Amino acid sequence: MFESLTEKLQGIFDKLARRGKLTEEDVDAGLREVRLALLEADVSYKVVKDFIARVKERAVGAEVMRSLTPAQQVIKIVHEELIATLGEPSKVDLSGTPPHVIMLVGLQGSGKTTTAAKLALRLRKAGQRPLLVAADTYRPAAVTQLEILGRQLDIPVHSEGVEVPPPTICVNALKRAEAAAYNVVIMDTAGRLHIDDEMMSELEHIKRLTRPREVLLVADAMTGQDAVRVASDFHQRVGLTGLILTKVDGDARGGAAISIRAVTGVPIKFLGVGEKTDALEPFHPDRLASRILGMGDVLSLIEKAQAEMDETQAMAMGQKLLQGEFNLEDFLAQLHQVKKLGPLSQLLEMIPGYSNISKEISPELTDKQMKRVEAIISSMTREERLNPLIINASRKRRIARGSGTTVQDVNMLLSQFRQMQRMVKRLGQGRGRRGLMSLFR
Amino acid sequence: MFGRSKKISEGLTRTRQSFFGRISGLFGAREINEELWEELEELLILADVGITPTVEIVERLRERVRRERVRDAQTVREMLKEELRAILLSPRQSAADGQLLTVILVVGANGSGKTTSIAKLARFYQQQGKRVILGAADTFRAAAIDQLKIWGQRVGCDVISHQPGADPGAVVYDAIQAARARQADVLIVDTAGRLHTKYNLMQELKKVRGVAAKNVHLAPHETLLVLDATTGQNALSQARHFKDSVEVTGIILAKLDGTAKGGVVFAIARELGLPIRYVGTGEGLDDWAEFDADVFVNSLFD
Ligand SMILES: Nc1nc2c(ncn2[C@@H]2O[C@H](COP(=O)(O)OP(=O)(O)O)[C@@H](O)[C@H]2O)c(=O)[nH]1
Ligand SMILES: [Mg+2]
Repeated sequence: MFESLTEKLQGIFDKLARRGKLTEEDVDAGLREVRLALLEADVSYKVVKDFIARVKERAVGAEVMRSLTPAQQVIKIVHEELIATLGEPSKVDLSGTPPHVIMLVGLQGSGKTTTAAKLALRLRKAGQRPLLVAADTYRPAAVTQLEILGRQLDIPVHSEGVEVPPPTICVNALKRAEAAAYNVVIMDTAGRLHIDDEMMSELEHIKRLTRPREVLLVADAMTGQDAVRVASDFHQRVGLTGLILTKVDGDARGGAAISIRAVTGVPIKFLGVGEKTDALEPFHPDRLASRILGMGDVLSLIEKAQAEMDETQAMAMGQKLLQGEFNLEDFLAQLHQVKKLGPLSQLLEMIPGYSNISKEISPELTDKQMKRVEAIISSMTREERLNPLIINASRKRRIARGSGTTVQDVNMLLSQFRQMQRMVKRLGQGRGRRGLMSLFR
Repeated sequence: MFGRSKKISEGLTRTRQSFFGRISGLFGAREINEELWEELEELLILADVGITPTVEIVERLRERVRRERVRDAQTVREMLKEELRAILLSPRQSAADGQLLTVILVVGANGSGKTTSIAKLARFYQQQGKRVILGAADTFRAAAIDQLKIWGQRVGCDVISHQPGADPGAVVYDAIQAARARQADVLIVDTAGRLHTKYNLMQELKKVRGVAAKNVHLAPHETLLVLDATTGQNALSQARHFKDSVEVTGIILAKLDGTAKGGVVFAIARELGLPIRYVGTGEGLDDWAEFDADVFVNSLFD
């Protein structure tokens, strides 16, 4: 998985290696790999076909820029075209007179209810007064689910049980919003199949009655080839205005986003990146493009690191890490830096190929245990930090006492540290080198 | 297997018309040329079979056609059928019958259809005269316990649950005790949806499994991964990780009533040797069938 598209292309072009214009031969060779990457990422067959044709047209005869290799030149064009297809990020439309109605639609299990809560939280943080509407009366306990989320966030939920028809619930919610000055109404509708005529009519009905400003399709990032059909059917019936891609925190490449964009043309509004209610992020076309191409979301990570870390220090750490010279002393120093970046679990997931190594590193190492780890290392002598091998049983007891932890905790830390050293060393030697090094640039 | 429910056959009919119907059309009276192979590749890819397996299947078929000097497209059709069927034919594993208590663990990604499938599976066992109990070990997602309880009421079986946020392992422990006390034949455990990339959550799932393993001989007797048929190539990664973590023994393919084909199961069967055990074909209790590779492939082609 660490072998990114860039590297594959590099391999192909190494054989051709020369400068000048991109020939048809170059481009065809490269685009075969691109096609494969896109299909592996679940971009729809037809969308891939059109896309490849478009890139080819642009690429053949293009001047290879002096600073780039032909492989990089093709990747650059592909990347640019992908970004263009993904389109600009777009905010939720809150123009016109309130209350602004936002309707969430999609297949069963795509994540509408959770997304409704996330969206409400986000809008409230932006100073709005949202009202959530429990209009999924079909799935058992869907109403309760939204009510619980609303209570947790202290955001009001309009619900009328499961006997009242959803269109009526939505109309009543709108009235309530007008009366109580809620300016955004977010409607959670039941999941439904795009081919279920009756259920799709219900959506049309709700739309007619409530005139939503936004009709957002909530789609799972893992969706396969069917995304095209689903999106175009929903679009045809209810006129989508945007897309929210969910479960982006997994390792799905998310090619469905390209397919959906290609057939509907509606903008991508947000990405869902976790189960917690604050795990909703704005969408960055360049990052999603890299991810779909199998180049990982390294950009996000680099940006985070750049914003928070002292660059030369980070660079030095990267070198040490890769050479396996990284000791507990460095580790402690870096803990303070890393802490500023947010939970390590989140950071790790941005690394391409992370899922392959996820079983080897526990994100717990810094998340919840960060404090404990800090305490343990602080209780060590400098000598111990530089050479953990000297930490014998009595030293362990002393460290445990000093840090208010147990010998078991100390043991765990030491073994995890060894594991991490091993793993990083291995990555440093393997094909991952380029990927990992780029984290520290 | 598919005659039991009307919806299932309707669902499959749709599949047949859209996917294999087109393939069948391809093999009418026409010659075997490049165009045919390309269209075949397209159809397999559109069914989420995945590019690598597709290329392999098509290559193998081409090779056979060359070797066996096949001239008519009709024969190619039969051959494709054979190839696909061969991939799916994994040894069938069934829940340990005659056990004092059979424990079935149901796992999968968020929203894949676990809870609904559990209700259907409970009904399925009840119809075989088994006494079923459900364990509500999804203590994480809001109202997940309520959801299972509602299904329990509809199916008519007991649901053992704790408070939201409780330790799922403890729920399983109690559910086992209750299943024994009430002399249940089958205990089905619902677990929280999780992405296979989440280290902590996969560890937690291992623990849940461990509780079952420790307290009932040879449990869990089945660990079923629920896959959403709409899912594309990521399903393979899901299956691999869940198998590694909790020794998944079979697949439930849910939401086969849509237009998605669920073709990724070919790769899952081939690479991981995981059999598909059941298919979900709707939101109702009876939208459910045991999976049978022969019948499945045949009925797709008929
Ligand atoms: N159309 C259809 N919907 C299904 C099927 N199985 C489950 N669902 C729906 O998918 C959604 C998520 O299901 P649920 O069982 O809660 O998933 P879980 O989060 O994995 O437990 C619900 O709306 C279910 O009604 C199926 O076979 N067909
Ligand atoms: Mg559930």
